[in-house]
Amino acid sequence: MIRYLAQAWLVILLGLCFGAALAGMQMLVADRIAENKLNETLAQIPVLVPGAERGEPATVGERTVYRALQGDRIVGWVVPAGGLGFGDRIELLVGLDAQAATLTGLYVLEQKETPGLGNKIGDETWRDQFQGKRLGTPLTVVKRDPAPDSAEIRAITGATISSQAVCTIVNQALTDEFRAALAAAAQE
Amino acid sequence: MASLDQPTALERFINGILPENPVYRQLLGMCPTLAVTNSMQAAMTMAGATAFVLISANTITSLIRNVLKPHLRILVFTLTIATFVTIADRFLAAYMYEMSKQLGPYVPLIIVNCVIVGRCEVCGSRQPVHVAFSDGVGQSIGFALALASIASVRELLGSGTWFGLPVLPASWPAWVIMLLPPGAFLTLGALMGVVNWYQARRAATAK
Repeated sequence: MIRYLAQAWLVILLGLCFGAALAGMQMLVADRIAENKLNETLAQIPVLVPGAERGEPATVGERTVYRALQGDRIVGWVVPAGGLGFGDRIELLVGLDAQAATLTGLYVLEQKETPGLGNKIGDETWRDQFQGKRLGTPLTVVKRDPAPDSAEIRAITGATISSQAVCTIVNQALTDEFRAALAAAAQE
Repeated sequence: MASLDQPTALERFINGILPENPVYRQLLGMCPTLAVTNSMQAAMTMAGATAFVLISANTITSLIRNVLKPHLRILVFTLTIATFVTIADRFLAAYMYEMSKQLGPYVPLIIVNCVIVGRCEVCGSRQPVHVAFSDGVGQSIGFALALASIASVRELLGSGTWFGLPVLPASWPAWVIMLLPPGAFLTLGALMGVVNWYQARRAATAK
């Protein structure tokens, strides 16, 4: 033990100091980063849900979601969803119609996937295939042209895991139960 | 030990800018050099973040050099560098959100930039704080100049702008290839050739 400490005390001490410094940094800027993300989310709502003019936060099933509003009418929902990608956490915004039955759009809020391969999940051409997918059957990743009117998503070449991760995150976020809660909330 | 033949603070500073330029002479840090130089704004943000990490890590390493166990040094360098990179990353996400999204994973990738760990090994862990600090500043300026030279060529030819401001007439057919990865290799190769030619000529006239 003494020998171990004699060798490693500097590493342990530095680890503690640096850990404290990072915690301090996080406390200083966490609010601002959250605010930046909120602004970006609100700016994306008209893109993600057709016909939406603005969005406002709401709580459905104990989760924070965004109502997509046209005037005072709910035309859809934007649901934040996150999970592990190939590199780091992927955070998505998923656009749904008011009944939460169809995907209307997908946006990548944060990702640190491999540049040139996995980071193509942010490309519009890839994200566009989520538009119009009927929910109910889980999305699956295929390595060929997806069958029309199916829940199939074409994988990005060289980034199957990132593609799979996006689909898994969407599937896990939009359970039948949660979609029913959204549809009920839209009726109110 | 052989502290007599170690370069002084001023020599370290000057060496970093041109004679031992991290990009053109040491050929280190090629990943950010090639990846984020398609616009001046991105390149200068990267240069700034790298400078912060390099100067801080070099200074800290120098402060603890006398209690540093040689076989644990790489571990300590990485720990120090990773801490400052995370601070820089969070700072960008809070105050330069757009740029942070544009740079994406390249900010965390500063951790594996060999320029930084190289300076900690060569200078920080061997020389006093003021030398390590001026070495960090010199190398950072050298790195920034290298990124600026490449980014200027690429942004000018690729989009006809510089720092986002229009420079070339609107009739300029933007060479999109300059913004894509091949443009980075072409520009780096051409500029490296110019630097080598200049060095060779200077060496020849000095004889």
